[in-house]
Amino acid sequence: MSKAVNIADGQGRLYISWKDQLTGMAFAAPYLVGICIFLLFPLAMSLYYSFCDYSMLQPPLWIGLDNYRHLLTDDTFHIALINTLIYAAISVPCTLAWSIFLAILLNRQIRSQGIYRTIIFLPTLVPLVATGIIWNWLFNSDSGLINYFLRPVLGLVGGIAAHVAAWLGAGPATLQALHDISPPAWLGDPNWAMTAIIFVSFWGVGQTVVIFLAGLQDIPAELYEAAQIDGAGSWGRLRHVTLPMLSPVIFFNLIMGIIGSWQFFDIPYVMTAGGPGRATLVYSLYLFNAAFNELRMGAASAMAWILFLIILALTALAFWSAKKWVHYS
Amino acid sequence: MNTKNRLFTHALLVIIALFYLGPFLWMLDTSLKTDPQAIQMPKEFSIHDFKALVVPTPWQWQNYPQVIHDPHFDFSLYARNTLIIAVLVALGAMLSSSLVAYSLAKVKWRGRNIVFVIVLASMMLPFPVVMVPLYRIFREFGWIGTNLPLWVPAFTGIPFYIFLLRQFYLTIPTELSEAALIDGCSHFGIWWRIMLPLTRPALAVVGLFSFMAAWNNFLGPLVYLTHQNTFTLALALQNYQSRSGGTSYTLLMAASVLIIAPIIVLFFLAQKTFVRGIATTGIKG
Repeated sequence: MSKAVNIADGQGRLYISWKDQLTGMAFAAPYLVGICIFLLFPLAMSLYYSFCDYSMLQPPLWIGLDNYRHLLTDDTFHIALINTLIYAAISVPCTLAWSIFLAILLNRQIRSQGIYRTIIFLPTLVPLVATGIIWNWLFNSDSGLINYFLRPVLGLVGGIAAHVAAWLGAGPATLQALHDISPPAWLGDPNWAMTAIIFVSFWGVGQTVVIFLAGLQDIPAELYEAAQIDGAGSWGRLRHVTLPMLSPVIFFNLIMGIIGSWQFFDIPYVMTAGGPGRATLVYSLYLFNAAFNELRMGAASAMAWILFLIILALTALAFWSAKKWVHYS
Repeated sequence: MNTKNRLFTHALLVIIALFYLGPFLWMLDTSLKTDPQAIQMPKEFSIHDFKALVVPTPWQWQNYPQVIHDPHFDFSLYARNTLIIAVLVALGAMLSSSLVAYSLAKVKWRGRNIVFVIVLASMMLPFPVVMVPLYRIFREFGWIGTNLPLWVPAFTGIPFYIFLLRQFYLTIPTELSEAALIDGCSHFGIWWRIMLPLTRPALAVVGLFSFMAAWNNFLGPLVYLTHQNTFTLALALQNYQSRSGGTSYTLLMAASVLIIAPIIVLFFLAQKTFVRGIATTGIKG
């Protein structure tokens, strides 16, 4: 009987019975088999393919660093990289700030709090394909609801601006331009398509908000009372109590945001397919196209490894910076 | 909080709620309109035009039967395909993840710390890195075009849920399992009769989340499913849109409503599990 119970031997090492060793391995067996077939082997193969010319139709042909070298001069790859960089640099910090703001608002003790929370959470349940289709329709340049509301607003703004310009002595061409000011075609306009797509990411922050809410509820009320006694206003309490206490949760959501933004795929695939032109061609979309439309599996694998390294580097950067701003109580 | 402050909060939240609810309402509204009405926006703001914008005239209820009976969009078939995959994924994720998590938390064996590190590391791995070789492997298996690649891996455990459940099992006192061991209960018995019932809430979170993830998954079906009669709802919806030269927005919105509705219903049935799940994964993760 004592064999089954784990006890430390004289040297302080753990005594492990054969029975436990076998049981443990047997229980973990599905995962051990799984990581070999679905993780470690593919990982090794992917690294190998990244040095090969490979179309899946023919056996892989070793070409050394050529895939990586071509990416250096592939301007579509550069565009995809820059697009993703822009998307990540704007959407990650902005949606984080917006989520914290919403969480603080939803944490206030008011009536029908639960209803507001539910409403903000609902969009995260929607399959991203449906999200994309709904927003495609909202951003439609002629029949979209967004431009329906924007048109009169811009008309008004343009009219006022024209008056001011006339008073300042602007030429008739400028005045006409101000009068004709109209909303963009959004997804049909290369200059605005990415803006529209970033805007959609604000609709899906519900899960992040819920995590922040849980974090807010873990902050002891005494801290706020102490801050109040020290004479802190609402801004001071936000800066010196809420944000520092919330920083581990902010950090968690930041990491999730970084990882997610570099794998951003469904929304641009459904809404624009990377267009118009290459305006919303993001990294994962280009990778997918290279692999499954052009059958450039080797190049796609090289891109995948660069993606992996970028994510690792950014995550490492976040962890490094965490020492300066994340407070663990 | 004083009354002024409270009113201000409410006003702010109503505006924000409009942004989050609006797209749903507009989708529902469009799904009940005729095509000409959906496409033609009124020219100006007025009460009359607002009515023309919002109230479907006539109410085009037949958009829904039309979607369901559309030869290019076999809704009930796609719903069945999706449901089969999602149920299998949820089942696999719950069974395997909890079994693996139990072995990592409660059974002492050499190597379990290495396995745990692999679990953590694999949570960071972006799917595109293994996408190409996985496709190759599934092709060798003859699985491309079937739903097997979408649910079989779930039966080997999902790292995120293994991690989650392990953290739960660690909070359960070791004395409990040791007492059971002394009483002659096997580890399998402890897992099945003690751990699973004790961690039912956590298990429900795993089941629900993996079900949802499978239901909403798009990239997987896009890569692995090749015949339209095996499509999932998400993939079929995208396909329905892209053949769109023809598919009108009223029908697309009706199809979207049909796909979203079951999940919303599920959410209201399991609201507590949802919120607890997200909160704990966020904080403990």
